[in-house]
Amino acid sequence: MDINQIPSEDPAEQAGKNRLPIPVFILAGILLAAFLGFLYMGLQRSQQGPVQVGDPIPPISLTTFDGQVIDTTAQKGNVILLNFWASWCKPCESESAALQSAWEYYQPGGQVLFVGIDYVDTAPEALASLKKYGITFPNGPDLGTKISQMFRIRGVPETYIIDRNGNLAYIQIGPFSSSEEIQSIIDPLLQ
Amino acid sequence: MNKHKILRLFGLLAVLAGFVFTGTAQAQDQVPLVVTDDMVNQVASQLYCPVCENISLDVCPTQACEQWRSLIREKLEAGWSADQIKEYFAAQYGDRVLPQPPNRGLNRLVYILPRVMIIAGALLLAWIVMKLRARKPSSVPTEAAPQSSTEYLTRVEEELNKRKGE
Repeated sequence: MDINQIPSEDPAEQAGKNRLPIPVFILAGILLAAFLGFLYMGLQRSQQGPVQVGDPIPPISLTTFDGQVIDTTAQKGNVILLNFWASWCKPCESESAALQSAWEYYQPGGQVLFVGIDYVDTAPEALASLKKYGITFPNGPDLGTKISQMFRIRGVPETYIIDRNGNLAYIQIGPFSSSEEIQSIIDPLLQ
Repeated sequence: MNKHKILRLFGLLAVLAGFVFTGTAQAQDQVPLVVTDDMVNQVASQLYCPVCENISLDVCPTQACEQWRSLIREKLEAGWSADQIKEYFAAQYGDRVLPQPPNRGLNRLVYILPRVMIIAGALLLAWIVMKLRARKPSSVPTEAAPQSSTEYLTRVEEELNKRKGE
């Protein structure tokens, strides 16, 4: 007998006994993958920039303050102007006259739809504001900020103009200064 | 006055008292609820301004927040509970107005994952402890062990003696 051969338990066998069961490894792998996937989705979402000109705009549905439902899919072939505003926003007040004037110019033609999207506001103040500035184009609250999140707006006022094909044609950050400025953007889209 | 008459009289009085108290209760229901600033701020402190970063509605100085505090007051006057108001704000302005993510949709993971991790950790710890306990008896010398080691030592000595002889 070899004296170096000390009787003991096989180390490989010992290691095998101490190893975690395979289902534990699988479960840990699934949990880790779920956690990383969740992290990746969050990062991807946070790094998404604002919508770009030329991007197709997904269907938007808005219920106005007077209960009318506006669906952009039903407006295909028309130019749509989406104006994000709020009653507490001072620059929004300054552009309301320009928007109303442009709306009155385009409304008879029926080829352009203006939609006001009231961003994080209270209904009584919003309605008072609409009345004060004589706004007649459809307006409604952005419930749950779903539409503003879709456009990833940075503040109010912001205006998005969608062309006849449903693609984003123009982005206005801040207020419009005149009706002519709005017309200079919409008129080429109608030709 | 006989017993029946007395009972009838008590019955009549009880019915009248019932009408009087019900009337009082109804009148109390109609009294408008007095909502103090403290009550408004108590609810506002549980909500966050949707347009300013990390500022609760009770301390937010903007005009918009003032409007939202008025809205809270209106809702409290209408008899809404704090939870109903919070739900209304979340539906109107998004979940970001809430101090904690609501327990629905993907947000459920925020509540489920830590519990799963704690349970998994506890199970792992229990498994390790059980393994360690199971290993201990083998390291403790048993009655048989001295015999085997004596036998082993005897063999070693024999081997050494053999080698010495060579």
